[in-house]
Amino acid sequence: MLDPLQYEFFVRGLIVATLVGALCGLIGVYIVLRGMAYIGHGLSHAVFGGAVVSFIMSINFFVGASVWGFVSAILINLTTRKKGIRADAAIGIVTTASFAVGVALISKFKTFVRSFDAALFGNILGISETDMLAVLIVTVITFLLVIVGYKYLLFTTFDSDVARFHGVPTGWVDTGFSLVLAAVVVVSMQVLGVTMLASAIVIPPVIARLLTNSFGNMMVLSTSIGAFCGLGGIYASFYADVSSGPTVVLFSAFLFVCVLAYTTIKSKIKLWRFSSKF
Amino acid sequence: MLHPSPHEYEQNIPFVELRNFTCGYAGEIVLNNVSMQVQRGDFVGLLGPSGSGKTTLLRSLLGAVEVYQGDVFVQGESIKDKRPAIGYVPQLENIDWDFPVTVEQVVIMGCTSEMPIMPWFRKKDRRRADEIMKRLRIDDLAKRHIRELSGGQQQRTFLARALVSNPHLLLLDEPTSGSDIKTRDEVMHLLDELNHQDMTIIMTTHEINAVAAHLPWVVCLNGGVIAEGPPNEVFTPDILRQTYDADIHVTQYQGMTLVAESPHIFGRGSNGDLH
Repeated sequence: MLDPLQYEFFVRGLIVATLVGALCGLIGVYIVLRGMAYIGHGLSHAVFGGAVVSFIMSINFFVGASVWGFVSAILINLTTRKKGIRADAAIGIVTTASFAVGVALISKFKTFVRSFDAALFGNILGISETDMLAVLIVTVITFLLVIVGYKYLLFTTFDSDVARFHGVPTGWVDTGFSLVLAAVVVVSMQVLGVTMLASAIVIPPVIARLLTNSFGNMMVLSTSIGAFCGLGGIYASFYADVSSGPTVVLFSAFLFVCVLAYTTIKSKIKLWRFSSKF
Repeated sequence: MLHPSPHEYEQNIPFVELRNFTCGYAGEIVLNNVSMQVQRGDFVGLLGPSGSGKTTLLRSLLGAVEVYQGDVFVQGESIKDKRPAIGYVPQLENIDWDFPVTVEQVVIMGCTSEMPIMPWFRKKDRRRADEIMKRLRIDDLAKRHIRELSGGQQQRTFLARALVSNPHLLLLDEPTSGSDIKTRDEVMHLLDELNHQDMTIIMTTHEINAVAAHLPWVVCLNGGVIAEGPPNEVFTPDILRQTYDADIHVTQYQGMTLVAESPHIFGRGSNGDLH
């Protein structure tokens, strides 16, 4: 277990993956409970388009991709407000179009195709100190915002309509959340990759939901599970010599299957004990 | 009957007033030129077919519709100038019952905007939530998940959330919808109790005999106000036909005006003929 720690790139990858896992786990609680699982998938693809455009225009990746992701999230919100367009359709239109921009530009400028392998599937070898700093900053800001906005996020997530009647600025809460989500997607891309990110956002909260009925506990559990999966996934990536994105996701998926089996057996035993009383 | 008549209060300033009010959503008019008043201490039932504007009228008081004409006043002030303290209980059918929240967490949500800069709920908020849960007799369920409650207990939980911010006006959207007889009676008696404690109540309902006929004041809606008054005066075949666009019979039972449906036999009769 300690052998890989002698490599600097592994330590960097381990720290970043653990933080990214925790971040995705935390933000994923709100996404799963609002039934927006598809947005994590879509937004990560949308950000890919932003990443390619930033590269071509020689703009800083974090700035370009974040702005692109945020604009995509706002566009999804605006499209959803149009009568007759459901959220899943809006996400499908905006994010796939954005992803298509990235793919079209890559096929046009074939010279840098290889640079985007990491963006698609994640690669801990490519994590720089700037990446680490970006992840750290986004982690601190996200945790602070979630703590400060806890009661607003809870009410808006549970019952957005009534929250508005109670004076909760739900529009600002949604906009702030979109901004944070875009930032999380951007800093997570290097470790998890565009194609794997959605699972890292969705699986930890789903596991946590299986284990608790309390919102507060779900947040703590999901964050911890996300961090654990990031850490375990990076070790698996090192030993199996596979991209970090798939190993983190497979590690999470394995944990999900174990917890699902545990909770199913537990409820069957409870039911059997109850019925055997009669 | 819950009340023989509305409370007697000073009637100078209406508690709620809609003046030539036209509103809707996305440019489509739902309520047209509505003018009505609700006095302090009233217990009003809004009746009408689906799409008649019952829920829209409630949402008008909350400022959640597009206003095309007129204004809404609560306690003499336009809701555009001041957000009124209103408790709102939504249709429980719209609640996500799998959401991981307990009864006390739902109730305390009603205090969210009390102290905007505080990230957590204050001790004062928690005390108030405890008090209201005791008042509605759900304090022993505080730690339960919302799915583990009976229909009546669920309604009480959301009623507690609406009441925790001490409003004087309570709006309820179909509070008895989908309830069995026992739950419906429980909810209606609880609302009656609150009304006797100086709470002005406006609720929507589809149940004419089981709910509306027991209220002191009803308003029949269908894109606008068709009629309003005590059920005995409003429940006439003519008004009900205008409201529901259907022939509805009216009958008297123990001093109450009730509606009766025309007898129908659906499916096959005993002789196998299709009716």
